[in-house]
Amino acid sequence: MSRITATFEGLAKSGRKALIPFITAGDPNPDFTLPMMHAMVEAGADVIELGVPFSDPMADGPVIQRASERALAHKMSLRRVLGIAIEFRKTNQHTPVVLMGYVNPIEAMGYEDFANAAQRAEIDGVLTVDLPIEEAVENIILLKARDIDPIFLLAPNSTDERIKIMGAAGSGYLYYVSLKGVTGAGHLDVADVEAKLNQIRANTSLPVAIGFGVKDAQIAKTVSGLGNGVVVGSALISKIEENLDDLERAKSEIVGLLSSMREAMDS
Amino acid sequence: MTEKYNMPDERGHFGPYGGMFVAETLIPPIQELNIAYQQYLNDPEFIAELDADLKYYVGRPSPLYHAERWSRELGGAQIYLKREDLNHTGAHKINNTVGQALLAKRMGKTRIIAETGAGQHGVATATVAARLGLECVIYMGAVDVVRQSLNVYRMKLLGATVVAVESGSKTLKDALNEALRDWVTNVDNTFYIIGTVAGPHPYPAMVRDFQAIIGREAKQQCLDQTGRLPDTLVACVGGGSNAIGLFYPFIDDHSVKLIGVEAAGDGVETGRHSAPLCAGRPGVLHGNRTYLMEDDDGEIIETHSISAGLDYPGVGPEHAWLKDTGRAQYVNITDTEALEGFHALTRLEGIIPALESSHAMAYTMKLAPTMSKDEIIIVSLSGRGDKDMQTMAQREGIEL
Repeated sequence: MSRITATFEGLAKSGRKALIPFITAGDPNPDFTLPMMHAMVEAGADVIELGVPFSDPMADGPVIQRASERALAHKMSLRRVLGIAIEFRKTNQHTPVVLMGYVNPIEAMGYEDFANAAQRAEIDGVLTVDLPIEEAVENIILLKARDIDPIFLLAPNSTDERIKIMGAAGSGYLYYVSLKGVTGAGHLDVADVEAKLNQIRANTSLPVAIGFGVKDAQIAKTVSGLGNGVVVGSALISKIEENLDDLERAKSEIVGLLSSMREAMDS
Repeated sequence: MTEKYNMPDERGHFGPYGGMFVAETLIPPIQELNIAYQQYLNDPEFIAELDADLKYYVGRPSPLYHAERWSRELGGAQIYLKREDLNHTGAHKINNTVGQALLAKRMGKTRIIAETGAGQHGVATATVAARLGLECVIYMGAVDVVRQSLNVYRMKLLGATVVAVESGSKTLKDALNEALRDWVTNVDNTFYIIGTVAGPHPYPAMVRDFQAIIGREAKQQCLDQTGRLPDTLVACVGGGSNAIGLFYPFIDDHSVKLIGVEAAGDGVETGRHSAPLCAGRPGVLHGNRTYLMEDDDGEIIETHSISAGLDYPGVGPEHAWLKDTGRAQYVNITDTEALEGFHALTRLEGIIPALESSHAMAYTMKLAPTMSKDEIIIVSLSGRGDKDMQTMAQREGIEL
């Protein structure tokens, strides 16, 4: 059983939901990321999504775009992100790490070389934003052969048929993008999310994490109640951006936000 | 090679290139677009409406003009110019925007968005949006907004909102990113008119099909005027829409050489250029796999060209395929050489070409003298140079 599946099963047994923070590796500098990952686990994170910066993040809003730019200014790369993951695993054997990014850095490394490198770094899941199921077959086979979960996005406009296909091809969990739009945008509509989750449930048995628009503890609690977990990204990265001159403070604010989400979700 | 060229496959692949590399939210609108496009492609009523617009609004057919003086001066092949500069709005871009706007109307979309580099596609889009009464938002890199301010003004006059994109390198690729973000957010009422043969399927094939009128006309005009097919076609390649439009109807005519001219900027060897086919490698950007300018880690690198319309790190996937199969050949021309082409055509033929098209002119100046006087080159004069007066004056130290 993969580390991700074990995590979701363990949470389900205790009636809890997964708290999944997303940060961009190397933002605002490469030294910040590893201690931040450990601190997020202490604050209650169940899975960590680690963003691989890309020069052209087409599906991201301004907050994550700027995170990518800050990381790239420090020459962060897919190889170096994998290096951070290796360091993380040295002292944490239980928290799943999911790489999230765009396909071109993987293309540049080569799909097979990437799958091998991810396996060596004990990466648990890979979510490639711009690699829809139609183009992903080779990558899915390579990842699954190495016990890495390929994770797919579902959108508000995904059809029954596509949900079924991704439920069958993906593993670990599915990431439901609760807004039509880019990361960090607007407010999500709880009734819409609930209706869509019912549709997703009817078509797949994989756990569903809900992201896009999760900004505070209250939303995290409400949304996590609809699925199996919540992903919070832009709200955390905003803390980094607001405290670029005081990164200790950025770190403690991220920890504070995650702790409040954890508490709200568990109450 | 008797098999008829029939690309792309139904999922938009040109061999390993093309495809549909987009986030999940964009899959349904792209599928909706593809279904509508396939439907109207063969709908006589749609085609009749498009043909009428191309004739009475765009001003087609555009002439095929024998540049006799320039040909004589160069002392080789006979040069014919396909005069896309004479279209309404001054470039080939309108062939495509007229087509996509008709499609948008049929699909019931009320809002049009587009990206633009030099501003020609933005102007062509704002033009058709004005005519159809559709809301129009144009994304343009902040750097391009400055160097193509005349076109920005034209778009605003036409009623479009121009958004200066401040992210990344602030040029065409960033405008495309921002337009895609808009589309993801507003898919329900918005039609995205992509201006070149890039993007996810069906855009590369659809834009090609709308631009192929360039080659269809040129072929017939060449037969009418000279009694035979040309020997060589030359066109500039940024994303590559005017080039594919000219090349496509000739792909199965194997006697006709196809030459695409990329922008070498300061020279390919300096790294400051926009020539992915000549000096890049395959990767995935903006929804398709193609040749890209990227670093070893797969990050897209900044491009350089004097011409904003060629300043793009990728290229249409069909060009990648034509390069790999050897059917077309891709060369490059520096900024300095392009200026020589610009001046030559202006002084010898009284035609001021766009800086993009000037790259094709400059390569023709190298090629024609190596050919015999009874051979024929057709060069795509994809746009007129009015928009570039500011850039030219600045470069030559003249205050306007």
